[in-house]
Amino acid sequence: MLLSLEPRGQESRAMLWFSPLLAAVLTLVSGSLLFIALGLDPLLTLHTLLIAPVSDMYGVSELMVKTLPILLCALGLAVAYQARIWNIGAEGQLLIGALAGSAVAVNVIDIESRWILALILLVGVAAGAAWAGLTAWLRTHFNANEILTSIMLNYIALNLLLYFVHGPLKDPAGMNFPESAMFGDASRLPLLTEDGRVHAGVYFALLALVAVWVLLQRSFVGFQIKVLGLDKRAAGFVGFREKGLIWLALLISGGLAGLAGVCEVTGPIGQLVPQVSPGYGYAAITVAFLGRLNPLGILFSSLLMALLYLGGESAQMTLNLPQAITQLFQGMMLFFLLACDVLILYRPRLKLRWARRQMAAVPGAV
Amino acid sequence: MPQSMNQARLQLRHITKRYPGCLANDAIDLSIQPGEIHALLGENGAGKSTLMKIIYGVVQPDAGQIIWQGQPLNMRNPAQARELGIGMVFQHFSLFETLSVAQNIALAMGAAAGTPKQLEPKIREVSQRYGMALEPQRLVHSLSIGERQKVEIIRCLMQEIRLLILDEPTSVLTPQEAEDLFVTLRRLADEGCSILFISHKLGEVRALCHSATVLRGGKVSGHCKPAECSDLQLARLMVGDAEGLVAQYPKASGTASFLQVDKLSWHNPDPFGCSLTDVQLEVRSGEIVGVAGVAGNGQDELLALLSGEQTLSRSDAQRIRFANQAVAHLRPDARRRQGLAFVPAERLGHGAVPEMSLTDNALLTAFQQGLVSKGLIQRSKVQALAETIIQRFAVKTPNAHTAARSLSGGNLQKFILGREILQSPRLLVAAHPTWGVDVGAAAAIHRALIALRDAGAAILVISEDLDELFQISDRVAALSSGRLSALAPTAQTSQVQVGGWMAGQFDASPSQPDAAPQI
Repeated sequence: MLLSLEPRGQESRAMLWFSPLLAAVLTLVSGSLLFIALGLDPLLTLHTLLIAPVSDMYGVSELMVKTLPILLCALGLAVAYQARIWNIGAEGQLLIGALAGSAVAVNVIDIESRWILALILLVGVAAGAAWAGLTAWLRTHFNANEILTSIMLNYIALNLLLYFVHGPLKDPAGMNFPESAMFGDASRLPLLTEDGRVHAGVYFALLALVAVWVLLQRSFVGFQIKVLGLDKRAAGFVGFREKGLIWLALLISGGLAGLAGVCEVTGPIGQLVPQVSPGYGYAAITVAFLGRLNPLGILFSSLLMALLYLGGESAQMTLNLPQAITQLFQGMMLFFLLACDVLILYRPRLKLRWARRQMAAVPGAV
Repeated sequence: MPQSMNQARLQLRHITKRYPGCLANDAIDLSIQPGEIHALLGENGAGKSTLMKIIYGVVQPDAGQIIWQGQPLNMRNPAQARELGIGMVFQHFSLFETLSVAQNIALAMGAAAGTPKQLEPKIREVSQRYGMALEPQRLVHSLSIGERQKVEIIRCLMQEIRLLILDEPTSVLTPQEAEDLFVTLRRLADEGCSILFISHKLGEVRALCHSATVLRGGKVSGHCKPAECSDLQLARLMVGDAEGLVAQYPKASGTASFLQVDKLSWHNPDPFGCSLTDVQLEVRSGEIVGVAGVAGNGQDELLALLSGEQTLSRSDAQRIRFANQAVAHLRPDARRRQGLAFVPAERLGHGAVPEMSLTDNALLTAFQQGLVSKGLIQRSKVQALAETIIQRFAVKTPNAHTAARSLSGGNLQKFILGREILQSPRLLVAAHPTWGVDVGAAAAIHRALIALRDAGAAILVISEDLDELFQISDRVAALSSGRLSALAPTAQTSQVQVGGWMAGQFDASPSQPDAAPQI
């Protein structure tokens, strides 16, 4: 007996919706098996991982705080990935955005004008875009592979951040901790609720969501980006500017990652610390693909990723689960989601009859 | 035709192969005798390629039997087919250009056959015996297309061969080279080798083949002896309804000159590519100019320079002019604004984005026709355009949202041509407009081109199909090694003469009297 996959010829609409559901069921089933094997109550563990973190308003607001940077980075990445520009550098672009924004913020702690916040945000966005611009320049001038250059720039960004937070930006009154001074109130993103940490960055995320959706689904520039990604020769044949589109896609990508970074330091954190990002920029890569590079899909997948972050933390705290187990669970969920996507383009088929006929036709053949 | 054994070399019984959404082969019966040259005729999409791949073990049939010299067997892979003595020459060669002939052959035969050096005597012997002179030490990139095909054939003949399958072998040859190939094939057949000759050119099938099996829509539509059938009878078997297929179009002479190419030389940075030398060309409004030539003689380069995918520096802008406007430095979109429309040779991946819908593919080149406003795509207008193209040019598709790649070659070509024609171009450049297109669609495409010509557009058609060029073009020239022959009115020349031009037999341009024709 053989299980084989047959191409469907075109995408199955039903599977587009059914495949994530199937993946969720498979994850829950195999996750339960994993927890049983560890001697844990599967229902309790799943509850701790997936439901407990969002069972109260505070949890929901934490979810939004976590979702925000992932969503912003993933939206930007979707633009680049639609052009088949493999920007792996959202993490570095986020860090540079946070660093540049902080560099302004610590020098204007005493200014009370709200315009100062706008300036800080703009500097963060511009710095993230510029950092991605390095990758664009290397790609368009030297044809250097953007995967490699953007990864390497991540490390440079991280070390730049560490240098500044241990050196020039360190709070003089900070007992020598590697942290900047707390930003002034005018430099902080306003909170949306009395309790919880949800801040005005949510508006930026919604704005970015709509803007990226219009860009990719409705605008002619987005169309050019998609043509470039799908078929470079066709793009050249009608005269789309390949280099210009690469620059644009990377600048948008870097700008949104920079925005995510500067929103973190001006929002929930309030100062520059070495751990600005627990890997949001890398998580965003997975999130962008899980959301099928579609802005709405990315909204859902970034919420899911944020939930897994929170669930992992709460499982560590309340169940004493090692972090590796929760990461294993996350990995399982991503694996099933991607594996089930195969069903969108392929139809599984048991080749029982075929195999039997082959054996009958040629005795002895397998 | 010697028939020493009355047992067929190869017999196919009720071979059936289904692909998602199409029945490629439907209960096909076929039988080839030793020493027989058997033609497999059919339009594109009739199932010829699938059948061939089944015989060669590349794909397995869903049902049916393959009987090889009286023994039913299960052809699992090409290696098994080669062991049985089945050789195949594909339409697209699989040779390493930087290696020598002997190295290529040794690679294909595997380590057991010996080193390239050890194989050389055998290669020489085989090539002499079958009249295909070939030096084993030459590097493949220095060979002409015809010579490369010989390498592929010799590769098959190095082992004992019982059945040789050739997939449209003459599509890459000049008429003279094709004649040489036929001599070789007849000699092979005389020695008892069976030959399966796939083609859609009726003339050469009649000249070469003893018998023919005609496929239509995956089914056998008839068996016949080609020598005893007329073109019309064969065409009916292939297409069903042969009305309007052998149409004659009146010739036109055009009015004012629109496209002028003046002493265009271009050095190709690709060492294996072709450079252009002093190309001189003129297309008038209201005429079709045909450019013949064997693939790889500068067609791709000339097309890229005309479309704007390859631009020249501003100082060379005068080399290409549209209605006396220098355009050689302009990019494709700027040239389109000057009235250019372009149908590239490759439909999928060049003329259309395979994964995108027909609607999006309509927008691809027509975006300057008011389909974009303030940076946003006017969806309803694009949709309307796509539907107009589908309707006006009889494109068979479920709807305008279908992905381009799921259309058949002929239908997609009609869509692309329609998209370009509806932009009312002043100059249409079409590369191989009917390549791989079925006869019915080809006739529709020809009618559309003639109608566009009669509406006053200048049309340049680059094609390898001489029959097509003589049918539709008003003046004709040929490319050979990057040089273009002079243009001659089609009515005053012959296929033999143009065949000579394709082989480089024309006067070098006066500006370079010492540039001897290379052949």
